Amino acid sequence: MLFEKDKIITKYKKMVIKDIVTLVNGKVLCGESHLNDSIEYAFSSDLMSDVLTLRITDFLLITGLANIQSVRTAEMSDLKYILLARNKKVTDEMIELASDSGILIISTPFSMFKTSGILYGAGLKPVY
Amino acid sequence: MEIEFKVEGGDFTQAGYASSQVKKVLKQLGIESSVIKRVVVALYEAEVNIVAHAYRGNIKAVFEADGIKLFLEDEGPGISDIKQAMVKGFSTASKEVREMGFGAGMGLPNIQDNADEFTIESEVGKGTKLNIFIKY
Repeated sequence: MLFEKDKIITKYKKMVIKDIVTLVNGKVLCGESHLNDSIEYAFSSDLMSDVLTLRITDFLLITGLANIQSVRTAEMSDLKYILLARNKKVTDEMIELASDSGILIISTPFSMFKTSGILYGAGLKPVY
Repeated sequence: MEIEFKVEGGDFTQAGYASSQVKKVLKQLGIESSVIKRVVVALYEAEVNIVAHAYRGNIKAVFEADGIKLFLEDEGPGISDIKQAMVKGFSTASKEVREMGFGAGMGLPNIQDNADEFTIESEVGKGTKLNIFIKY
């Protein structure tokens, strides 16, 4: 990562999910079959309405919102990867719905800011 | 073919069930995934709106040869100023709704963005009706 006066120039690259898990000290809660998938983009938000405005589908959702609606939003948006910040409690219902929909959930002890910073620095592209 | 669902106001555990079922049918019909996403995002936003704002509602999905028609009708407080409700960022949602990740005034504009045809009618003290059409 290079710093140039007011901007950061990151060398973007695709990342493998299992490498993301390692970088954020993550724990995989469901969807282990996606561990070798590669992704290019990530989006951080607690606002599901904002996630629902995105047209792309192949991205990692980093969120602090751990409830059934974050999994429903992923299901409706066709997104397969959720990363929950700050070790939020995940209900059995969330795991069940995510598993039925083929969605991977990773939990990290890090904050959304730290998680996003690490993954941006490692090369994931922002959606905007 | 058509399917109908009843939606209970305030029951966030069930919000999204109807949209999920409609998604399954569209997949079985072999509809293109980008179209499915537009349909279910529009329907999910509308379904969440019933849960968030109304007492109860009904969703009907009609699968036609060239597209899907969605009819949503609720019994609720209604919308006094639809023009204002369509403005991005305007919301009357409760704290509980915001805690679920909604209520930022983005739902109705997002429904309109995803729909090929969209109409909304509302009567204060009675409820709101949405008609959505999305071409395959």
